[in-house]
Amino acid sequence: MTVLSEELEQAGWTPVCSYTDLLPERGVCALVGGRQIALFRAFDGTLFAIGNRDPFSGAHVLSRGIMGTRAGEPVVASPMHKQAFSLATGVCLDDPATAVPTYPVRLTGETVEVGTG
Amino acid sequence: MTGEGGGGTAGCRAGTEPPRPMSGAIHRGRADGTEGKVSAIMSRLVVVGNGPTSHRLVEALVAKGFTGRITVLGEEPRAAYDRVALTSYLAGRSVEDLTYPVPEGVVPRLSSRVVDIDRRKKEVTTADGRREPYDVLVLATGSSPFVPPVPGRELDGCFTYRTIDDLDAIREAASAATSGVVIGGGLLGLEAADALRGLGLSTHVVEMGGWLMPRQVDEGGGAVLRGHVEALGLRVHTDAGVKEIVAGPDGRVAGLVKPDGETVEAQIVVFSAGVRPRDELARQAGLEVGGRGGIAVDDRMRTADPAIYAIGECASHEGVVYGLVGPCFTMAEVAADRVLGGGAVFTRADLSTKLKLLGVEVAQFGAMDGALDVTFMDPVGGVYQKLFVSDDARTLLGGICVGDATPYNTLKPFVGRDLPGSPSELLFSGGPASTELPDDAQVCSCNNVTKGQVRAAVADHGLTDVAGIKGCTRAGTTCGSCVPMLSQILAKSGVEPSKALCEHFAYSRAELFDIVRVRAITTFSRLIAEHGTGRGCDVCKPVVASILASLGGGHILDGEQAALQDTNDHFLANIQRNGTYSVVPRVPGGEITPDGLIVIGEVARDFGLYTKITGGQRIDLLGARVEQLPLIWKRLVDAGFESGHAYGKALRTVKSCVGSTWCRYGVQDAVGLAIALELRYRGLRSPHKLKSAVSGCARECAEARGKDFGVIATERGWNLYVGGNGGFSPRHADLFASDLGTEELVRVIDRFLMFYIRTADRLQRTSAWLEAQGAAYVREVVLEDSLGICADLEAQMERHVAGYADEWRTTIEDPEKLRRFVSFINAPGTPDPSIAFEPQREQVKPVLAPLEAVRS
Ligand code: SRM
Ligand SMILES: Cc1cc2nc3c(=O)[nH]c(=O)nc-3n(C[C@H](O)[C@H](O)[C@H](O)COP(=O)(O)OP(=O)(O)OC[C@H]3O[C@@H](n4cnc5c(N)ncnc54)[C@H](O)[C@@H]3O)c2cc1C
Ligand code: SF4
Ligand code: FES
Repeated sequence: MTVLSEELEQAGWTPVCSYTDLLPERGVCALVGGRQIALFRAFDGTLFAIGNRDPFSGAHVLSRGIMGTRAGEPVVASPMHKQAFSLATGVCLDDPATAVPTYPVRLTGETVEVGTG
Repeated sequence: MTGEGGGGTAGCRAGTEPPRPMSGAIHRGRADGTEGKVSAIMSRLVVVGNGPTSHRLVEALVAKGFTGRITVLGEEPRAAYDRVALTSYLAGRSVEDLTYPVPEGVVPRLSSRVVDIDRRKKEVTTADGRREPYDVLVLATGSSPFVPPVPGRELDGCFTYRTIDDLDAIREAASAATSGVVIGGGLLGLEAADALRGLGLSTHVVEMGGWLMPRQVDEGGGAVLRGHVEALGLRVHTDAGVKEIVAGPDGRVAGLVKPDGETVEAQIVVFSAGVRPRDELARQAGLEVGGRGGIAVDDRMRTADPAIYAIGECASHEGVVYGLVGPCFTMAEVAADRVLGGGAVFTRADLSTKLKLLGVEVAQFGAMDGALDVTFMDPVGGVYQKLFVSDDARTLLGGICVGDATPYNTLKPFVGRDLPGSPSELLFSGGPASTELPDDAQVCSCNNVTKGQVRAAVADHGLTDVAGIKGCTRAGTTCGSCVPMLSQILAKSGVEPSKALCEHFAYSRAELFDIVRVRAITTFSRLIAEHGTGRGCDVCKPVVASILASLGGGHILDGEQAALQDTNDHFLANIQRNGTYSVVPRVPGGEITPDGLIVIGEVARDFGLYTKITGGQRIDLLGARVEQLPLIWKRLVDAGFESGHAYGKALRTVKSCVGSTWCRYGVQDAVGLAIALELRYRGLRSPHKLKSAVSGCARECAEARGKDFGVIATERGWNLYVGGNGGFSPRHADLFASDLGTEELVRVIDRFLMFYIRTADRLQRTSAWLEAQGAAYVREVVLEDSLGICADLEAQMERHVAGYADEWRTTIEDPEKLRRFVSFINAPGTPDPSIAFEPQREQVKPVLAPLEAVRS
């Protein structure tokens, strides 16, 4: 959402893992062009990709948080101090002035691909 | 630090539109119709400057639906970044980490310095000669560091501290330097000094004034702050200007000469002697500037020219230039609103400051003097707190805190009002008995929210927690210092704390335990589908994981259970502040062989881990990356070690004293019993962690009465104590049963623990549980079997003991489980590049996490 579309086209889509590498409701981290991207697979199979860096602690750990829902919104809780981040928008629900980047993610066949600039 | 993002009301669970005060000092007036029409045709908006304020403006314009073309001209060679977090760049954060996202549809032109404004033609010219026409021009040029005119300031090795380029240059120079000096002991000077220290330089701070941070604290506070700073190894020179900066034979900086003639040797000099607003463009264009510099603006952020606005650190409002981002952001939002025809106005902003610098809390609020003052000082603890009050000692005027900022949190809303107690009582007895604030008192200054607004939100939307208040009012969402106050208001509003675990389950932990047990549920999915709503969260998932494990659910990383575990359980290790993990092998009873010690030592050495003896009589190896964990544990498991469950809500340690085998006073074999108990209850998942200890006589060297279940030897057997706790609310354990034989002792402990596991709340230690249930009741159930469940409790414990298997051994033997132990799914061999260490006392320590600098 924050990525300029031209940048996206330049970079295109990067395959990072296969769909079955992702456990339902648990994250993994992918390294794409030097960026750490946390990937999640929801219970219903929807994929999400957000920045792996926890803005509150500065540690790159969001992929290791617990995934769940808050009032229906899919979220991950930072494993460091438990702030919840929306997987759809990257906004921190406990501190809406803080957000992490979100990235486009898609499934091509069995392969999970992320788009980044 | 990024923008509003649109998620502001996500936490508000009520249907109606919540009260949503505008942030900072914005107050909406009535929109002025003419302005609205004019702005509709102003379609080309040009912003000069690409710093935080500029970014906030553009973000606000885009969010509010500005349809014209936005061009941002920035002098720096990179996209706008979070300058407040600048120092963290030296601690390892990347440029991308600091960079703000570019709002869609905006054209930022980098490396484009504006050199001229032609107000008649309405266009600006950049240094490369390009012209850019505008309908609305916004100046957001910020400020530049002030470099006092001292001889030698041009030498190689002199720096300022404002941009990423500055920091790159400092970092490069630091690699060839051993010491550095910062000129200026204010906020930014201390931050720069900490950065030099972090780069491994022996660091000096030179301050002209009589003490550090003279703009925020008084002399007494400065002295206490100095103590903290010096304890970190920094050298402080106060009352010291700079006579000259001298060069060495290579022509580069070699030192700084103070007016008293003393030379401070340094290869790096950083100027941090204040900033000056960048108003030069405005001056050239004939716009009015304030008395102390800065582009003069009115309440609408407009300069004397109606087509030109100025915002941020370059603007002067009523003669004041603001050097904190909070007011700068407010200015940006006012300007955005005005450009779109709104009626927002900027009013004088609160300059209260609270920050944590070099690990020390420093805060200042309200006035910095008054008719009377009261000071609390604890030189040992490094705490200094002072309140200024009116001559009748009733009205609070302001305060200063160093080392402990509690009064900032509790008393700031009382500025200008009657104090809730006598000033000395407030400082010395740790706060007012009752802080009954009037409804119009501001509780959150970052977001300008009053107590009345919070109470209304709680009442109107039936809020039950601080998260709800944050979602509805934005109070507490910026610096967080008002959160304790929000909890108080919540409690006073008579909110009945609900027993519901979280939004997904309307049951308490104990009720869920019974549901799971009675209905023989074995998966989270079935439990939540039949008895809850949604897909769970970080509160209910670990609770259910723990219940399933207590009821014998197999390996905690099997199948769906894996996704329920807290990260610590998920990786079978405790996460540390830099994202690495700790390794704690079990050492039952604290007894360990020399060979065991050698293996631990070798593993720590080979993997470069920091090694420490814990308070629980075992050894903690810290700093392991996820992908190292299985390799480390393979070596430990091969040598006969097993998981110590330092990560789980489970049995931790059973401490022991040497007991009768060696000690001349001992009456029973304390070590033998401690080992037996630790092996019996290892791996037992519970509502909170469980700790135990066994002492060989009443001298109590193992501190058994500080434990959940503690045992003290008597001439005739063992005394059992339960409900002890160290930690946050210490409690001595109660004597539960005396002179028990070993077998009887174990049976009583089995029943006690299982009854606790079945009935306690989430994260309720045995101490709190015992008090909630009543010790007499627990005694009846456990010792007299008043509920007739003891056989069941014992059988359940037997199943646990029989089913125990070391989690780490089963993990390293299972390739499926091992797959999660990588930093990157697409680059399993690559270690996380954000993790770095530096040496300390011949071991490693994490490279400092970014400085916390929170200000309101
Ligand atoms: C390593 C150790 C400190 C040390 O270097 O000595 C330690 C370290 C931690 N303690 Fe502790 N505690 C350690 C002994 C203690 C003790 C002393 C003892 O056990 O004899 C206490 C007081 C006794 C007690 O618990 O009643 C203690 C009271 C706490 C508390 C407060 C509990 C409470 O009821 O208030 C917490 C927080 C919590 O559990 O919620 C805590 C939490 C933690 C955590 C797990 C915090 C965290 O989540 O990261 C720390 C992580 C350890 C790690 O990564 O390995 N630690 N902690 C000690 C490990 C002992 C061991 O070998 O397992
Ligand atoms: C190390 C450090 C730590 C700080 N910590 C805090 C903190 O904890 N809390 C807090 O509230 N504040 C803090 N501040 C202050 C905060 O960074 C400033 O208040 C904020 O940056 C002001 O934003 P601005 O956009 O108005 O100005 P700036 O950040 O100065 O941005 C202005 C930009 O405009 C560019 N520019 C100037 N003239 C021109 C021109 N003619 N043409 C094109 N571009 C031009 C400049 O190159 C610059 O990039 C800190 C500052 C520093 C340096
Ligand atoms: S508790 Fe008793 S037996 Fe144990 S070391 Fe102390 S004095 Fe000796
Ligand atoms: S005072 Fe409320 S968030 Fe800062």
